[in-house]
Amino acid sequence: MADAQEFLKDFPLLHTEMNGRPIAYLDNGATTQKPEQVIKAICGYYGGCNANPHRGAYALSVEATEIYENARKRTAAFIGAKRPEEIIFTKNATEALNLIAYSYGLTNLKQGDEIVITIAEHHSNLVPWQHVAHATGAALKYIYLEQDGNLSDEDIETKITERTKLVACTQVSNVLGLKNDVKKIAAKAHSVGAVCVVDGSQSVAHQKVDVRDIDAGHKMLSPMGIGVLYGKYDLLDAMPPFLMGGDMIEYVEEQQTTFAELPAKFEAGTQNVGGAAGLTAAIDYLTGIGFDRIEAIEKDLVDYALPQLRELPFIELYGCDTKRDNKTGIIAFNVKDVHPHDVATILDSTGVAVRAGHHCAQPLHKYLGLNASCRASFYLYNTREDVDRWIAALKKVREVLGYGA
Amino acid sequence: MGLEDIYTELVSEHSRNPEHRHALPGATCSLKGHNPSCGDEITLQLKVKDGVVEDAAFTGVGCAISQASTDMMVDLIRGKRTEEARALAQKFIGMIKGEITDEAELEDLDEALSLQGVSHMPARVKCAVLAWHTLDEALKEQGK
Repeated sequence: MADAQEFLKDFPLLHTEMNGRPIAYLDNGATTQKPEQVIKAICGYYGGCNANPHRGAYALSVEATEIYENARKRTAAFIGAKRPEEIIFTKNATEALNLIAYSYGLTNLKQGDEIVITIAEHHSNLVPWQHVAHATGAALKYIYLEQDGNLSDEDIETKITERTKLVACTQVSNVLGLKNDVKKIAAKAHSVGAVCVVDGSQSVAHQKVDVRDIDAGHKMLSPMGIGVLYGKYDLLDAMPPFLMGGDMIEYVEEQQTTFAELPAKFEAGTQNVGGAAGLTAAIDYLTGIGFDRIEAIEKDLVDYALPQLRELPFIELYGCDTKRDNKTGIIAFNVKDVHPHDVATILDSTGVAVRAGHHCAQPLHKYLGLNASCRASFYLYNTREDVDRWIAALKKVREVLGYGA
Repeated sequence: MGLEDIYTELVSEHSRNPEHRHALPGATCSLKGHNPSCGDEITLQLKVKDGVVEDAAFTGVGCAISQASTDMMVDLIRGKRTEEARALAQKFIGMIKGEITDEAELEDLDEALSLQGVSHMPARVKCAVLAWHTLDEALKEQGK
């Protein structure tokens, strides 16, 4: 597509070489590359306005504070939050989810309560809930999958009950690349009085997201080390602080402390202002393009790749037979007889970067009867040529390991 | 570093048809090794008698490099004294870490020497050393 070529020029890393070859970067589910605009914003911050925000009564610190708080306002508008105070900056989605688990989960759950999550969760939206279950005596229940990889409607209906106090679900599976109907799940959770936690790591960069979401910035062109928690004001306001220390306090005395209002209450210590500057630039960049175009590019690549992959008798695909219109730009696969790690090494030798392993989703792999898988994930700068190179390299894999085609 | 330096004939052969991948009846010790990042998982079984590794075998799943490396290791240590087997494990790990490069010194690794190329591939070092670390741990336990 012409669009991708137009965006490609903005990404300096994609013009460099890997192992002496141009890079076909197909690991956007792990992190995206950064456009020049974002890199400049970070350099601009450190080169021109670096100071500790919220502290000094001098011009630089005031400027750093403005950059940081502007990022909060922009993020709030980007995902449709009612007010900027509902945006808490974290280090990543994992920290955001832990914040909820520790602050909300440990405080509000008890024996007899139930937490419902899905088997398709990333470890970051699974292990914290295991911890809450172990610590409080609450039960942890799973929503499993239909044959086509989508969440079981029956499980959604039957597992979320009046005992359920918290439902956690990803908006898009980071392995199967299928969109979940989080609106329906949230409605079901709210109907029984439970809170709903949505992991937006794989969605917010790719589709228009309408709040009640959690998100990490580095998967949406922004630098690593800045993530976002969105929560309804009243919920966040009622939650105790997570990390204690500087900047999150009101008064500190020898034996006790009162805490700051939102959002400072949840942002202890020096914050990642450079990351926030990069996040703002990423939001500007994505807003300028629009999600219609981004979704169209990803859909074109999936529609271009899947029929070719299905032609190859030695390729197994996962999550590619959905009967709903909910496939995103993520394709999980295996090469028959070959371990994913070997596949990734062989693709790497031709400059094609894919992920191999369990993608931080061991329970999902076990549920699917797999030890591990490979994953290609697209973004707006990927081209059909990248797909061609990926598929050409796949055809070589079995040969390298001495198997007949 | 070309692919052919890693996926040599020998590595492919051992990974496709690992001679020693089976359960070991009468094993005196059994230890699991695991690479959480990529999902390589082996269980190494040893039959040790009078300080000698009389027999060894493994079960599990993993990439070509980890499977071939394990199979070659079992070939190498059968019939060796435990301290000798541990010394070989440490030598192999030294080779993969790039700390031992002298060909003469590495000669007694036999077929496993063919994995030396992995020392230039940081992403695959863990795959190659998994079995050898597991062996080292297992024999350390035996020695206690």
